[in-house]
Amino acid sequence: MQPSNSGDVRYDDPWYDALASGWGESADTGVPPARRGNGAAAAADVYLEVQRSAAFQEVRSRYRRFVVPAVVVFFAWYVAYVVTATTAPELMARPVAGAVNLGMLAGLGQFLTTFLFTWAYVRHARLRRDRAALELRWDTQELARGRGGAS
Amino acid sequence: MTVDHRTSALLLFSTFVAVTLGITTWVSRHRHGSAEEFYAGGRLFSPMENGFAIAGDYMSAASFLGISGLIALVGYDGMLYSVGFLVAWLLVLFLVAELVRNCGRFTLADVVAARMRERPVRIAAGTSSVTVSVLYLVAQMVGAGSLVALLLGGTGEAVRAWTVIGVGVLMVIYVSLGGMRATTWIQIVKAVLLLGGTIALTVLVLLRFHGDIDRLLRTAAERSGHGEAFLAPGLAYGGDWTARFDFISLGLALVLGTAGLPHILSRFYTVPTARAARRSVVWAIGLIGGFYLMTIVLGFGAAALIGPDAVRASDASGNTAVPLLALDLGGGAGSTGGTILFAIVAAVAFATILAVVAGITLASSASVAHDLYASLRRRSGEPRSEVAVARVAAVGIGLLAIVLGLLVRDLNVAFLVGLAFAVAASANLPVLLYSLFWRGFTTRGAVWAVYGGLVPAVVLVLLSPVVSGSPASLFPGVDFQLFPLQNPGLVSIPLGFLAGWLGTVTSTEVPDEARHAEAEVRSLTGAGAV
Repeated sequence: MQPSNSGDVRYDDPWYDALASGWGESADTGVPPARRGNGAAAAADVYLEVQRSAAFQEVRSRYRRFVVPAVVVFFAWYVAYVVTATTAPELMARPVAGAVNLGMLAGLGQFLTTFLFTWAYVRHARLRRDRAALELRWDTQELARGRGGAS
Repeated sequence: MTVDHRTSALLLFSTFVAVTLGITTWVSRHRHGSAEEFYAGGRLFSPMENGFAIAGDYMSAASFLGISGLIALVGYDGMLYSVGFLVAWLLVLFLVAELVRNCGRFTLADVVAARMRERPVRIAAGTSSVTVSVLYLVAQMVGAGSLVALLLGGTGEAVRAWTVIGVGVLMVIYVSLGGMRATTWIQIVKAVLLLGGTIALTVLVLLRFHGDIDRLLRTAAERSGHGEAFLAPGLAYGGDWTARFDFISLGLALVLGTAGLPHILSRFYTVPTARAARRSVVWAIGLIGGFYLMTIVLGFGAAALIGPDAVRASDASGNTAVPLLALDLGGGAGSTGGTILFAIVAAVAFATILAVVAGITLASSASVAHDLYASLRRRSGEPRSEVAVARVAAVGIGLLAIVLGLLVRDLNVAFLVGLAFAVAASANLPVLLYSLFWRGFTTRGAVWAVYGGLVPAVVLVLLSPVVSGSPASLFPGVDFQLFPLQNPGLVSIPLGFLAGWLGTVTSTEVPDEARHAEAEVRSLTGAGAV
């Protein structure tokens, strides 16, 4: 399925558009949507269809291609920092400039990389993911509504 | 500390309490009593407001007073906490905030239950959420008791007991009358006060050293009596290998636990969209990062200006380092400046505790009403009655926390915060990540992941030196200590992930393709999000 452009008019302020209807509203009954009768079964098919679409797989792989390496890198860097600080304090104590030693720089480096990762993630999400995800959102909801499942 | 400090501090305490009660009344003027409003404040907060509220929810008195105090006492090793508490937010930003906002409604269990058989999953996730919350709550309340006693100079039993009761009553009032909207505004006010106070003190410290950080560090190192070693790791956790592993364990719990804290997860539901949730986390990271950087300056500043010996003499765990620093920066004891700064710091610390406990109480009452009650008694689950249950649950949790807080008020409960993070990382994080990212995850896997992390974490603590077997434990008289570490994270977090995997591969249940598709599409696009 390719995303249609039927929802273009809504893109002006999409994030503050009317709260979407659907799954959530009936969620407290606890009945899985797929078992709620024919209309709901059709709605479940919509999600399968969207999940298999090229557009969705592109959004998903863009998201994963960023977060998986990012999580691996920041977590490894943090664990390396904690483990080095506890197992090799003498390395961390090596002076760099004045009273500032390697450990201080590594600690401040953690702050710095956290801010940089945050900036990079937000930029990536805004430029590479938001628009496509939003189009998919409206398309999915249109499709679901068309089949009478989730409106 | 003279009577002047106490009077002005008490005056400021009362002002804060009056303002927050005012907010609560104002907010609950025309409430509709809907679940949306009670748990999520109507989902209409802006990213900036929510970012401040997240920061207000997260920065506890333990950070403000505890970390700075620790740095003042042991130097570099205290700084490791600041780093861990901040870096944890990357995990929240990358993997949790947006997806949770898109998939869930009010609680952690919503996200997991979307793909699974609802009842067992809700009961499991609800139980672990309430456990985490109560641990954290008791730690904060006991902290409040000793803090107020310390700051007001009275160490009497009565002061502590009444503080615990007072804090408990106030948080129940905020939550059960004002719901998420009042809680959020209290957290915003607190975040502004806390950041304002911290910035003022940091600027004063830097002015004292004419902006020369190198001299600040050198003075701190000289004054500490440890010399250069004060500025390097090892003073607190550099002993035997048990101490080192303990620190690694704590470090893991800090960085992985934040993403599983129920009161943090519930904050993402207060904004309209996933993008707003992302932007609120960015605000929060900025505020929290700046705050923890300043706690480092305050810690070394206290070491340089007060000296670790004077800090230790006032309170063995260093909690009074920042108030003493404020007194000194304002011109010393007896001066007007010192009195005012001291009173401000004391009031800010008190505000901090109140805002944090309100957030936790709300999140745990949501878990009780929305997950546990709704699963155990399905028939009466219409929204209005669920909110009524949540209000009653807030009262119940408040009472439980007061009783527990009174029982353990004389004990050193600092480990409870680390334990709450460890339980959140072991019981809540695996199930959350598996259900967001693993196609084949099943109901049995979810239930096993929760209990497989929760039970080991709690049992290991019961068998650890914090409970028995050493002079500093809860029960110094007996010895059933089998596990050497104080923090169970190093063992229990992998166990939680392992149990979830094991439960999934051994279950005969075929994962529902359609519901996985629904969860995945919803989580990444926001389709059908409430």
